[in-house]
Amino acid sequence: MGFWLRFNLLVFTIAILSTPVLSDLILSKVDRRIDLTSQIVRITSTLKVENAGSGLVSEVLLAFQSFRLKIWYLMATTNEGKGKTKSAGVSLPVEIANPKGMPPALTVYSVSLSKALGEGDTMSLDVLAVFTHTLKPFPEKITQADIQLVLFQDSAYYLSPYAVKFQSLSIKLPDARIESYTKIENTKIHGSEIKYGPYENLHPFSYSPLVVHFEINQPFAVAQELVREIEVSHWGNVQVTEHYNIVHEGAKSEGEFSRLEYQARPHIRGSSAIRHFVAKLPPRAHSIIIGMKLGIYQHLICGLILKELLIEPRYPMFGGWRTAFIIGYSLPLQDFLFELEGKRFLNISFASPINDLVIDNLVVKVVLPEGSRDLSVSTPFPVKQRQESKISHLDVVGRPVIVLEKADVVPEHNQYFQIHYSFNKLSMLREPFMLISGFFFLFVACIVYVHVDLSISKSSASYLAKLQWDEVRATIQQVESIINQCLATHEKIEASLRDLSRIGDVQACKTTRKTADGLLKEHSKELKPLLAFLQSSPAAANILPKVEELVAKERELQERWMAKHSIIVDCYEKKLGGREIENRVAPQQQKVVALRQEVEDLLEYIDEI
Amino acid sequence: MLARTEPINGTAKPKPVSSPMNNFKSDLLNSFSLKSLKLKTKQQELLIRVSILCLVYVLAFITRLFSVLRYESMIHEFDPYFNYRTTLFLTQKGFYDFWNWFDSESWYPLGRIIGGTLYPGLMVTAAIIYWTLRFLRFAVHIREVCVLTAPFFASNTTIVAYFFGKEIWDSGAGLVAAALIAICPGYISRSVAGSYDNEGVAIFALLWTFYLFVKAVNTGSLAWALASAFGYFYMVSAWGGYVFIINLIPLYVMVLLITGRYSLRLYVAYNCMYVLGMLLAMQIRFVGFQHVQSGEHMAAMGVFFLMQVFYFLDWVKYLLNDAKLFQVFLRITVTFTVGVGAIALGVGTASGYISPWTGRFYSLLDPTYAKDHIPIIASVSEHQPTAWSSFMFDFHILLFLFPAGLYFCFKRLSDATIFIVMYGLTSMYFAGVMVRLILVATPAVCLISAIAVSATIKNLTLLLRAKNKVAQTASAKGIGSAKSSSKGLLDQSQPFHRNGAIALLLGAFYLLSKYAMHCTWVTSEAYSSPSIVLAARGAHGNRVIFDDYREAYFWLRQNTPPDAKVMSWWDYGYQITAMGNRTVIVDNNTWNNTHIATVGCAMSSYEDEAYEIMRSLDVDYVLVVFGGVTGYSSDDINKFLWMVRIGGGVFPVIKEPDYLVNGEYRVDKGASPKMLNCLMYDRARGVEIGNKDVKLEYLEEAFTTSNWIVRIYKVKPPNNRW
Repeated sequence: MGFWLRFNLLVFTIAILSTPVLSDLILSKVDRRIDLTSQIVRITSTLKVENAGSGLVSEVLLAFQSFRLKIWYLMATTNEGKGKTKSAGVSLPVEIANPKGMPPALTVYSVSLSKALGEGDTMSLDVLAVFTHTLKPFPEKITQADIQLVLFQDSAYYLSPYAVKFQSLSIKLPDARIESYTKIENTKIHGSEIKYGPYENLHPFSYSPLVVHFEINQPFAVAQELVREIEVSHWGNVQVTEHYNIVHEGAKSEGEFSRLEYQARPHIRGSSAIRHFVAKLPPRAHSIIIGMKLGIYQHLICGLILKELLIEPRYPMFGGWRTAFIIGYSLPLQDFLFELEGKRFLNISFASPINDLVIDNLVVKVVLPEGSRDLSVSTPFPVKQRQESKISHLDVVGRPVIVLEKADVVPEHNQYFQIHYSFNKLSMLREPFMLISGFFFLFVACIVYVHVDLSISKSSASYLAKLQWDEVRATIQQVESIINQCLATHEKIEASLRDLSRIGDVQACKTTRKTADGLLKEHSKELKPLLAFLQSSPAAANILPKVEELVAKERELQERWMAKHSIIVDCYEKKLGGREIENRVAPQQQKVVALRQEVEDLLEYIDEI
Repeated sequence: MLARTEPINGTAKPKPVSSPMNNFKSDLLNSFSLKSLKLKTKQQELLIRVSILCLVYVLAFITRLFSVLRYESMIHEFDPYFNYRTTLFLTQKGFYDFWNWFDSESWYPLGRIIGGTLYPGLMVTAAIIYWTLRFLRFAVHIREVCVLTAPFFASNTTIVAYFFGKEIWDSGAGLVAAALIAICPGYISRSVAGSYDNEGVAIFALLWTFYLFVKAVNTGSLAWALASAFGYFYMVSAWGGYVFIINLIPLYVMVLLITGRYSLRLYVAYNCMYVLGMLLAMQIRFVGFQHVQSGEHMAAMGVFFLMQVFYFLDWVKYLLNDAKLFQVFLRITVTFTVGVGAIALGVGTASGYISPWTGRFYSLLDPTYAKDHIPIIASVSEHQPTAWSSFMFDFHILLFLFPAGLYFCFKRLSDATIFIVMYGLTSMYFAGVMVRLILVATPAVCLISAIAVSATIKNLTLLLRAKNKVAQTASAKGIGSAKSSSKGLLDQSQPFHRNGAIALLLGAFYLLSKYAMHCTWVTSEAYSSPSIVLAARGAHGNRVIFDDYREAYFWLRQNTPPDAKVMSWWDYGYQITAMGNRTVIVDNNTWNNTHIATVGCAMSSYEDEAYEIMRSLDVDYVLVVFGGVTGYSSDDINKFLWMVRIGGGVFPVIKEPDYLVNGEYRVDKGASPKMLNCLMYDRARGVEIGNKDVKLEYLEEAFTTSNWIVRIYKVKPPNNRW
């Protein structure tokens, strides 16, 4: 470690000595605050820039040591307003610059100012730089019982291509042990905060190494890959599914893991382990699912408040251990989908809702409904883009998917991005219609199958027999229906007789009788060919006697009815008393009931064949 | 509960319109639904039958979903994980890669040829279902298909049971059989959602083959025989239990021949089924030429030749009109055939062309065989002889209905009933020998019981119905008429007949509803826990879930090098490869006894000796199951005696008595000295009773799950020499 530092220093001094002064800008005051309370290092610098030379200057250069990996997020804002009209800060475009003569150990970014600085003008500039993977665990391997110590290196002086008049630096550390820190002049320590400076009148590229060695037990959770799938359904739902693949990038765990010690004293024997993650979901998220891979899926149903979600991995994660899990939640569509000039646009946040998570590789997939056209994306920072399609339930051509890829994502990237597309509302009805037609065709197929003759050989004996049998059955059914009609006619006669006994209208009764006679005759006429067919058909041989019996009984029943009818009518015409009529009718009545029962039995019997 | 009792009601009414058992109900039904539709009796019956079948179909499916609702949709047990892994491979890589798959992740360092050592029926079925659903644009996950395959096939089995019942008795018995088999615990135990095992599909295939064969025998039709050959092919592709079919059918044919029921129908059915079935079965690589060479299949071949002799004799008898001459000819032919057969068998066996029976087959015929010769077969709990209680548990009232059904079958003996009687009796015997074979007996028991239920209830209702009719007509007439007794065989001298019938019907109804309740209870309590996730009742009666296995496998998957080799007892092999995605030394496909014995030997030696063995096997991690903290009973220390026995079977260094104290197996302080010092003990009971402060020299604890059930140890690399 020490060697490495010294080497760097050497490179620097060489580099610095050989660099000319670049421009006439002077930083009249620099105030730096370094936040080391989590694995993400945030350096906020407030610069007061002054143009000491002549001529307009429209860009300010910022230098960072490039050995410390790349900068993950850089934002420069300016507070241009004067006095009371101080606006909240306008962010300025920042891009990587490569001016000539810069030492190779530095990466230089240039901030383009919105208004060029004239001679003697000053302005203040806020620069937020976010780094990860900069805190180096030292020692690199620890056991379960050890605490995790990390090293942080920087320069005590503000590294800049410009001269700095007045500067100060404060480093905020977590509330824990500080193992050691570099002491140079004007170093003060206040609890967990170390202050350097103020230093005055330093040359460009002034450098003084600074190392802090301290304990940190914050999770060093790094998602090596995160796939977020955002699926838009126009039926009112946005489903977000996030697949995490997380590794603990703190000090590597070495030696054995003792569950006994971990359970007995979890905060001492396992202080460096990640126990849980906290995710802050968007408001109105519902139907939340946390799925551990190969594990229990938890379905949570929550109310409509801003939620914090506590996710416990399957096991405490020690340094170097990995885990993977899934979070899914649904969002109401109207909060995220808007309409603008006939086109729709989706406005949704880019990165993960989990606090303090560093994402090495983020893939955001936005699945739009099938039939969406004219897709376009606007993001606040550059991302890689491509399109694919996904086939989900009941899709024919697949849904268009916009894939956005970005490496090196920190929570500061959690900003909204927009996807514009146009979509015809009628396409929403396509899937229900497909389902309905599917079932419709299924039923139609069933009907067709039942009604269509599918036999191959039309001349085989069994086929012919079957045909004949079908015919016989049809005929028998006809016979049955005729008999039933006859029975209905009998009931009509009975009804007329009842009317007669109530009202005494003999004439009406007689007309009913006449029509009934006509009907019955017709029926018997209809029966004749049917019976003849049955007699001729060999297939009906075993059922024929029953049918004949049925017809015979029915005829007898008919006769009885007629006899009964004429007796009663007679009696009424002779105006006999009620008892007399009953006496006369009684034998007929008995037979009628018996016959009727028999006919019904026979009908039932034939039915069951 | 409503859906559950309905089919049971339905069982009582094959012609339910007239069933007096639920007289008022059907009256009600008639009065406002069926009568108003003006359906004929026949159509009414059809409608009711179809709706009952549909209900049974749905019931059979949903009663198996307890575990999905209670836990989640996941695969259960051990073997299903292998099946799931192979199915996944099949759907991802396609059929040919699957067929030629050499799996280096199991049986390290031997590996395993997957395509040639498994029955692919299950995987192919699931893959086809998956592809079909995909084609119809249902974006399902293969896991869901696998989880629901068994319930789906159970539902199909109920339909087959209906047709089978209809074929051997009548449609009423078919309906009862469908309802019984839908909820019979003996079948549910192997077909709950998530139990993605061969048996789930195989019982369907078994019953289907039998049904088609009986149909073929009944009709003598080539088409049905062909269909049954294909059914047999499907069965062979799905499960090793096909051996049961290929032995039962010849036995059945043999019985028919002996009882003089030989017919051309039988000849056509058997020959077609055997020849085609054999050719098809040989297409399965795992079976291949075994089908004509191994001892288990010889009975079928013998009966096949016997059938030809019978046919030949029949023909000769037809030509020769002289009875005496025929007798002589018969004697010569029979002697000759038997002689040739015996010689062929003898020569075949002696020359090794016909392989002898396998150990598993022997252990079926002789229950004590495995215990003496093959400890690995005896070590599996599902290979133990069945206890009476588990018969009662799995069959409930069917156990009593079974003999009654046999009585009815003997009363109306036909080709079909002879078949079901033989199926029932043989499978009952096998069920007694091995617990897992209760599964094979279940369809037979259900069918035979269904015959008993259906026949009894039908007789009773006929009696009641006749009475009803008399009462009706009598009341209609006002005077009792002798004529009306024409239908019912009314016996006026027995006044309690009717009441007796009602009482019996109520009793039957009571029993059947008890059966339904028992089945539901068993399914929910005993058979729906996925064994990989353990559930227990907490102190406050709430459900506590121990998900330690998956926690451990997940840890293995995430935090060990991809080429790490894991040693564990063979039970966990499939799960480690499927979920942990790591190479294992032995797994549930116990094809190499020596290899398993080596592991058993390592587990039961002193740590330094075990270390040598583990080094030689190139083991990186050791996984043991430890129930000490949670009181989980089936941990490795309980399986330990088997490790000793299996290890001792191959390596005589390991002696069982060394681990016993006075012939007793103890794990506490009184355990034997050898036991206390052996590796297994150290690792399984590390911080428990007996020997508390264990310091391991060659192993270190790598991971222990939150409930202490699974512990993983890392094998330390050898010390540097200087």
